[in-house]
Amino acid sequence: MNRRIEEAFARGKAFIPFITCGDPSLETTEQLVYACQEAGADLIELGIPFSDPTAEGPVIQAANMRALSGGVTTDRIFEMVERIRTKTEIPLVFMTYANVVFSYHEGLGGQKTDAGTERFIERAARAGIDGLILPDVPFEEKEEFASACRKYGLDLISLIAPTSKERIARIAREAEGFVYCVSSLGVTGMRSEITTDISGMVELVKREKDIPCAVGFGISTPDQAREMAAKSDGAIVGSAIVKLCGTYGRGCVPEVREYVRRMKEAVREAERG
Amino acid sequence: MSKGRFGIHGGQYIPETLMNAVLELEEAYNHYKEDPEFNRELTELLNDYAGRPSRLYYAGRMTEDLGGAKIYLKREDLNHTGAHKINNVLGQVLLAKKMGKTRVIAETGAGQHGVATATAAALMGMGCEVFMGKEDTERQALNVYKMRLLGAEVHAVTTGTATLKDAVSETMREWTRRIADTHYVLGSVMGPHPFPTIVRDFQAVISREIKAQLMEKEGRLPDAVLACVGGGSNAIGSFYHFIGDSQVRLIGCEAAGRGIDTAETAATIATGRLGIFHGMKSYFCQDEYGQIAPVYSISAGLDYPGVGPEHAYLYDIGRAEYVAVTDEEAVDAFEYLSRTEGIIPAIESAHAIAYARKLAPAMSRDQIIVVTVSGRGDKDCAAIARYRGEDIYE
Repeated sequence: MNRRIEEAFARGKAFIPFITCGDPSLETTEQLVYACQEAGADLIELGIPFSDPTAEGPVIQAANMRALSGGVTTDRIFEMVERIRTKTEIPLVFMTYANVVFSYHEGLGGQKTDAGTERFIERAARAGIDGLILPDVPFEEKEEFASACRKYGLDLISLIAPTSKERIARIAREAEGFVYCVSSLGVTGMRSEITTDISGMVELVKREKDIPCAVGFGISTPDQAREMAAKSDGAIVGSAIVKLCGTYGRGCVPEVREYVRRMKEAVREAERG
Repeated sequence: MSKGRFGIHGGQYIPETLMNAVLELEEAYNHYKEDPEFNRELTELLNDYAGRPSRLYYAGRMTEDLGGAKIYLKREDLNHTGAHKINNVLGQVLLAKKMGKTRVIAETGAGQHGVATATAAALMGMGCEVFMGKEDTERQALNVYKMRLLGAEVHAVTTGTATLKDAVSETMREWTRRIADTHYVLGSVMGPHPFPTIVRDFQAVISREIKAQLMEKEGRLPDAVLACVGGGSNAIGSFYHFIGDSQVRLIGCEAAGRGIDTAETAATIATGRLGIFHGMKSYFCQDEYGQIAPVYSISAGLDYPGVGPEHAYLYDIGRAEYVAVTDEEAVDAFEYLSRTEGIIPAIESAHAIAYARKLAPAMSRDQIIVVTVSGRGDKDCAAIARYRGEDIYE
């Protein structure tokens, strides 16, 4: 298990913000990382934008488009992570889609190799990334990514969903870092209520393996964060933060800092019970 | 490695939320494909409702004009709803009904698959919602009207490039929102396993008939089979029963758009490379960072940045050839077949006709080419008129 990720959960229940890299600029993303850490974030998910993010709702889709049209590339994101790593040890996990990893720096013009995965993961590890979340890579397809992750010391984070049922045990047994519990059906985005039996999902995981479980998809309010963190080891928030970035642009840093501070406080309340 | 591989291609690269749904689909399909009652019902639908078997027509004037190989046209354009799409849709909607689903969703490019799905849903009493790129709803307004007439709800997709790939993404998103009562009727031999296999099996009726019909007319196998390739469902259907007959050339015709040396192309095998997208490993048009390229073709049905995994495999092993046909060549062929044979083909199918015009003169008179006319061209008339500078709207 990656050391920084292990420490993120060793301190207690975690609050995990998600940021789309390059929305509105990589300079802003870097400042957001520092602001989130100051406000109490325990681990940060950095989204590498993808042209066709099939697991995302409208808010993060729009952020992906803004970032890509602003000229963000995977290489520029690696360079940003290197700059961040000279200043902080906060655990950083990439969230992106299989093709961004698989096709990293493949030559154009009909080249048929698939060396991109190892090239990407080696580069990510060198930059200081601790883990990788690929929402379009289920258990059945994980090995081609997991083997390179193991080689370079990254945790490939497994996801479980409300539809996973009997699959949870198998997924949990091979999970690394933490288990990402998808709270609801559908894509990412804010929801007024979460009806899934989160405690039941977490229990099925823990029965197989002593590994932290963090809940994401649909969480936006402190009440939801408190409730989800009470049933698990942490809360993940994406769309609500990305929406602030969309609304405030380059002025989003103080807004996000204040939001993360309130959400972390809610998670601390869950910790105190 | 997971199930559903064609060489290195295929697989199941989808969110965990959908995994049990595709596993359930695979299990149901494996059961019903061997079920005599299911097969009896499907055959009855294909024959009495869709009008199968479709004709294998000897294109005498085209053959004479080109002065080479004999040309036969496999007339999928004569099927109910005007394209090969109905073959797959009747199979999948019947399967969905057996599985207890009450609602179907589908993506569509040109609108043919959407119309076919709306038709089958009307026939079998299922709810139906179709996702279509906004640009395509404008290019193919008549098909949007038809889907609504058939009782389907049509959603115009405005994300990304607002074409077929975005319609597929949005339908996948919709499926993760609502799975229990809903089946995703994927329209081509693409997506996660088991879709490429299911769609191929339902389209394989095309090559099964070609083989029997040509045996009856000519007493032999064809020398070449041609079909257009976007995702590749009519092509794999036309090729499938000839894959083991190594003397039969299998030629897929991709949409080159304004040319494979321009950015405005949709010819995946000519210009793409290995990637993972929309549930499958296959060839995709993309940049050096794996961002999916915005593709272009005059044909909304071929305007897709990927190709089905079995085609990628047939290309890898050299069993099938893939050629690129430009907009201009396809429009010429659209007009040519209309004038020469009195058959107005879909602009998609016109890509295959265009390559036949190049290939036939280079072959001898005792050789035989079969070209699949995957759909009829009524839907394209206004767009082609506009392409030629005539300002008409349907």
